[in-house]
Amino acid sequence: MGDTLYTQLLDLACGAFLLAAVVVLWLRQLASIVRVFALQGVALAAVAALLGAHEGRWELLAVAVGIGLLRAGLLPHLVRRALSAPAAPAHPGHHYEEDVSEARETRPLVNVAASLLSAALLTLLSYAVARPLVELHPTPATRALPVGLAVVLTGFFTLVTRRRALAQVVGFLLMDNGITAVAFLAASGVPLIVELGVSFDVLLAVLVLRILTTRMRAAFGGTGIDDLRELREW
Amino acid sequence: MRGGGAGRRGGEEAALLLSALTVLGCAAGLAVAVTRHGPVTAYGRLLRADALSVWMLLAVGAVATLALAAGPRGPDHDAAAARRYDVLVHALLATLSLAVLAANLGVVWIAIEATTILTAFLVGHRRTRACVEAAWKYMVICSAGIALALLGTVLLYYAARQAGIPEALALDWPTLAGRAGRLDPAVTRLGTGLVVLGFGAKAGLAPLHAWLPDTYGQAPAPVSALMSGVLSSVAFAGLLRYKVIADTALGPAWSRALLTGTALLTLALAAALLIGQRDYRRMLAYSSMEHMSLIALGAAVGTPLAASAMLLHMLGHGLAKAVAFCAAGHLERLRATTRTGRVRGLLAEAPVLGAALALAVLALLGLPPFGLFAAELGLVRAGFAAGMGWAVGGALVLLLTAFAALGTLTARMLLGAPPAPRPPARLGVRAALPLLAGLLLCAALGVSTGPLTGLLASAAEIAGGR
Repeated sequence: MGDTLYTQLLDLACGAFLLAAVVVLWLRQLASIVRVFALQGVALAAVAALLGAHEGRWELLAVAVGIGLLRAGLLPHLVRRALSAPAAPAHPGHHYEEDVSEARETRPLVNVAASLLSAALLTLLSYAVARPLVELHPTPATRALPVGLAVVLTGFFTLVTRRRALAQVVGFLLMDNGITAVAFLAASGVPLIVELGVSFDVLLAVLVLRILTTRMRAAFGGTGIDDLRELREW
Repeated sequence: MRGGGAGRRGGEEAALLLSALTVLGCAAGLAVAVTRHGPVTAYGRLLRADALSVWMLLAVGAVATLALAAGPRGPDHDAAAARRYDVLVHALLATLSLAVLAANLGVVWIAIEATTILTAFLVGHRRTRACVEAAWKYMVICSAGIALALLGTVLLYYAARQAGIPEALALDWPTLAGRAGRLDPAVTRLGTGLVVLGFGAKAGLAPLHAWLPDTYGQAPAPVSALMSGVLSSVAFAGLLRYKVIADTALGPAWSRALLTGTALLTLALAAALLIGQRDYRRMLAYSSMEHMSLIALGAAVGTPLAASAMLLHMLGHGLAKAVAFCAAGHLERLRATTRTGRVRGLLAEAPVLGAALALAVLALLGLPPFGLFAAELGLVRAGFAAGMGWAVGGALVLLLTAFAALGTLTARMLLGAPPAPRPPARLGVRAALPLLAGLLLCAALGVSTGPLTGLLASAAEIAGGR
């Protein structure tokens, strides 16, 4: 693979990776958000595979396949199943309405236009913050590092501003995707044992969050974070 | 049938206690080995015990033994819930031990995130609205916070690789600490900043502390004791490892500024929220934030005296807080409320329980002879000697506010006449003995560190890093 082609493909994959995070902010339908999140997992696996092919490290290709399976397959599947879990029959007469409001992010703390603007600002911020990272060892891969940071920040923003439990889970997963991307772009991935442990932890965290979502439905009749107001100071 | 069930439950409780005692025994054995021969490694370079990790392991073992022996039992309304509780507590002890013994910073991170996952279940063990809410907030805030710590670790790994450290050793703490001078300063600064934010969330430091009062208020009492007493210190000990690297790579100014700012902000928040607190478990939670901020201030000062005071503070706070949370758990069972306003005249109604709570709070207030008095005195002396008088002075003013609030609230609960004349409630020897032992141990620490003196000095040398 020629250097130009490698750089172009890498930039393409990173661009898709960042775009997916921005589209998550743009969408409101939770099912579509999960679909875009799965596509982002594919882009992340592509980044890992490209780096592996370029450096001639074939074990990275195996890691890329693993990442693809986890982040484009298993994790979106788990979130989707939590989404389609039957809502608690709190209002049997209004079952259809209940379903609709559950599947949509109806009232994010920040509206969509402002969210997109914030995503642009966060991307600029990550380019500013990442300058020392790029200067340390400028290669095509490290030049794309700000993209990983931007996705981490966008994920954090999603986590803070979205008021549906599952949208928050996707925000957490975006952060994690961004961190994995940073690890690959900066140093072709962390050692395998750490990568395995981190993936396992993330998987368990999503399982726990899923169980908590089910319990939240049972206890509160929905998954709106704004309903969580049992515990407050005064 | 019921008798048989209770017997089995007794066996499982004994197993939990045995687990904690095993950790304590291993820590004692390692303490002897490490003091005599220096750091011990196992499984290649995966596990490593130096004086600092042994000190933390001792704290884990002691606090866990105390909390599991003294605390009100876990859920016993339903066999499956009780079994799940046991398994989760065993696993929590294992991951806490792994978090202090791992030599690889990546594995430390994995273990600390694993404690989040395990304790989220323990916090949400009851399916009430309050429990589910606390578990959700805990899981989301801590996972996101600790993800930032992972990002910081990844950046540090990048800096290490660029400094020519091979892949297998680039997250190995002894290697990193030894060659930290060659790490790129700008990348290290960014990385350690993220780690302070991330592990700080887990240790209950601002700005990602919002989960803490809810979680400590809702978890079963022994779990609150473990989380407040050791989990927060274990996360902070992880942070200390990064601080050593940052201090060598950047000089002490960066971590000192970062930790002082975090500590004072946390202390101010804790003091403000302690005033007018109406729930005694949340009151203890804010007191944990107060003590963690003092520990962070000790790390910021960073001289050998400050580091010893900080480590003594961790152990003393763990013991006192375990007694306090377990006593609060028994009180909750006795009165079926966590409102401070509904508890009056506890000393008259339940003398042993009231005395245990009173002494634990006195220890937490930092009064002599308890270990926290010696630790706070050491911190103040070290702070003024290191030219950080303004920070320590500010902390003392905030501390006085917290002191007044905590003292007044507890005095109102303990003194006075009980609301209705009831026969005195007995705590039972089985719960009272561990509480007494914890208080005695905490007081003994304030008088002398005895056989632990050598270990404390070497641990402080590692944590000070200079």
